[in-house]
Amino acid sequence: MAGSRSFLSRLRDGDEIARLVTFLFAASVVLITVLLVYELWIDSALPRQKFGLHFFVTTVWDPVLDQYGALPFVYGTLVTSAVALLIAVPLGIGASIFLAELAPARISDTLQFFIDLLAAVPSVIYGLLGIFIVVPIMREVIYPVLNKPLGFLPIFKGPSYGVGFLTAGIVLAIMVIPYIISVSREVLLSVPRDQREAALALGSTRWESTWKVVVPFAKTGIMGSVFLALARALGETMAVTMVIGNTPQIAASLFAPGYSIAAVIANEFTEATGDLYLQSLIELGLVLFLLTFVLNGMARLLIIVTTQKGSKVTN
Amino acid sequence: MRRTGLLVVAALALGAMVWAQDTLLINGAGATFPYPIYSKWFDVYHQKNAKLQFNYQSVGSGAGIKQVTEGTVDFGATDGPMNEEQSKAFQDKRGSGILHFPTVLGGVVPTYNVPGVSAALNFTPEALAGIYLGKITKWNDPAIAGANQGVNLPAQDIVVVHRSDGSGTTYCWTDYLSKISEEWKSKVNKSTSVNWPVGLGGKGNEGVTGLVKQTPNSIGYVELIYAVQNNIPYGAVKNSSGNFVKADLASVSAAAAGAAKDMPDDFRVSITNAPGKTAYPIATFTWLLVPSKIQDGAKRDAIKGFLKWMLADGQGYAEALSYAKLPKEVIEKEKKAIDKVQ
Repeated sequence: MAGSRSFLSRLRDGDEIARLVTFLFAASVVLITVLLVYELWIDSALPRQKFGLHFFVTTVWDPVLDQYGALPFVYGTLVTSAVALLIAVPLGIGASIFLAELAPARISDTLQFFIDLLAAVPSVIYGLLGIFIVVPIMREVIYPVLNKPLGFLPIFKGPSYGVGFLTAGIVLAIMVIPYIISVSREVLLSVPRDQREAALALGSTRWESTWKVVVPFAKTGIMGSVFLALARALGETMAVTMVIGNTPQIAASLFAPGYSIAAVIANEFTEATGDLYLQSLIELGLVLFLLTFVLNGMARLLIIVTTQKGSKVTN
Repeated sequence: MRRTGLLVVAALALGAMVWAQDTLLINGAGATFPYPIYSKWFDVYHQKNAKLQFNYQSVGSGAGIKQVTEGTVDFGATDGPMNEEQSKAFQDKRGSGILHFPTVLGGVVPTYNVPGVSAALNFTPEALAGIYLGKITKWNDPAIAGANQGVNLPAQDIVVVHRSDGSGTTYCWTDYLSKISEEWKSKVNKSTSVNWPVGLGGKGNEGVTGLVKQTPNSIGYVELIYAVQNNIPYGAVKNSSGNFVKADLASVSAAAAGAAKDMPDDFRVSITNAPGKTAYPIATFTWLLVPSKIQDGAKRDAIKGFLKWMLADGQGYAEALSYAKLPKEVIEKEKKAIDKVQ
């Protein structure tokens, strides 16, 4: 019986208490998530009964006639997040490779300090930055540059008000880049030295060892940073509502104004009178939760699939 | 060490209990628009009556109606009167009626940014409805130019800006548009949030102002007080007598006086497009919502006492904060209505 002490003695030593307490902390995460979904589900009973799945495919949002459809908001959320990632992922990963692999330690650490600072800036500040700097630049510089030669493409068609999908995407990109850089840099730095040395010993250049050995090794972690950025972009409220134009419509043009789920909830929740109106906003919250859940799930799948493929190739 | 800690806690608890016994706390919640004057009133009233403490959360009219209906606050406040459905919900839940008490008045003004135009523009009701319906799309449209002889309006597209958050300001604006345009009434109607036919949304007065300032050839609407305090230029609107009136405290009060004659007993009245030569047409009362039955006698007396003071001395604080005062006729009528609170 050596080694397996009685429950009481383990309790007295504190091991069992520590296990229980930390278990409770861990369990609370699950509990909070379950409660969240439960509350969102219960409090959105009216629109779920009245609209059913139509809620997801109709485009009218009319508080006067009590007609609610989520599609324009879902569309706006997805488009702005996609634009943000398209800009932020190459920039962020490029910067993190420089900081982790190429820059001298002193420069890397100094820059990291600034990046952490950027990550801590409240989103309303980014919103203000968007209104006063990005919006005018958008209208007077980026719009003419893109619209004149590429205006025949649906995504660059139409007039620009300065606010819209693209502006919101750019502001979101600025907001999520620090997350991508910060996490990716840490992951790259934690790649074992042996990997680099082995690549160099085989005669590869510095860049070859970085791009073909270190980055693939850190791929899972880098993807993790991208999903963190995506989650942040999907749920961002304040900065988006300040620059997206708050118009519930589905437009192909990135210059057109739109609306996002988080923004409409923040805008209309306080003044929502009538149960159906309020519960429709809550159902939008549920939709946002589902969206995050599905995208995260797809991301996990992607990681699993690509890492398996990677290992097959190396075998 | 432990004992002193206990003593401190005990002393604090005792202090809190004494304070709680001495001070009657009355909670209210609702409209953000009258928040500056309400907080001034409650502050002054507390100084005069040290044992009464009014606590007001400016959470928005909709939330105010909801909270007073749920009974989580003692009184509510709103920029748009409660509709039949809401009054019925209150009756069902609380077993008594809800009373509306007008406190002060506000106005909503059209603000714009047209490069090259520095004169104050005149807007006809047809022009405002046409612009917000998306039917008038150019600044040099005859409907706008006709009322602005001598102003060189550009042939540019109008960018329409409205509030994106639910708001009493939007209620007042859409209430006005519903009165002057049949098409608006049938297509959009009035509410704190509506399904806008055109336009960009800005969050709050500051959001609308920001978008209008940033976007050439745009038009938006903001509260009169916000426009005055921030020196935002705004246009005049043609009233029901055919005069172009620029909003100020006098013209907003005139709108209330015009409506006072036909004031219903429950004070739930819209004063947009009110009669009167000098009346500004886009104006509104803002109301306190008080249950007609208050069980707690001390609270009932405190609220009634405050209402009386608000109608007398309280009105004196309004104009310094850019709110229009209630007309005399309304004050007299309200004084009688206070007795309905039981």
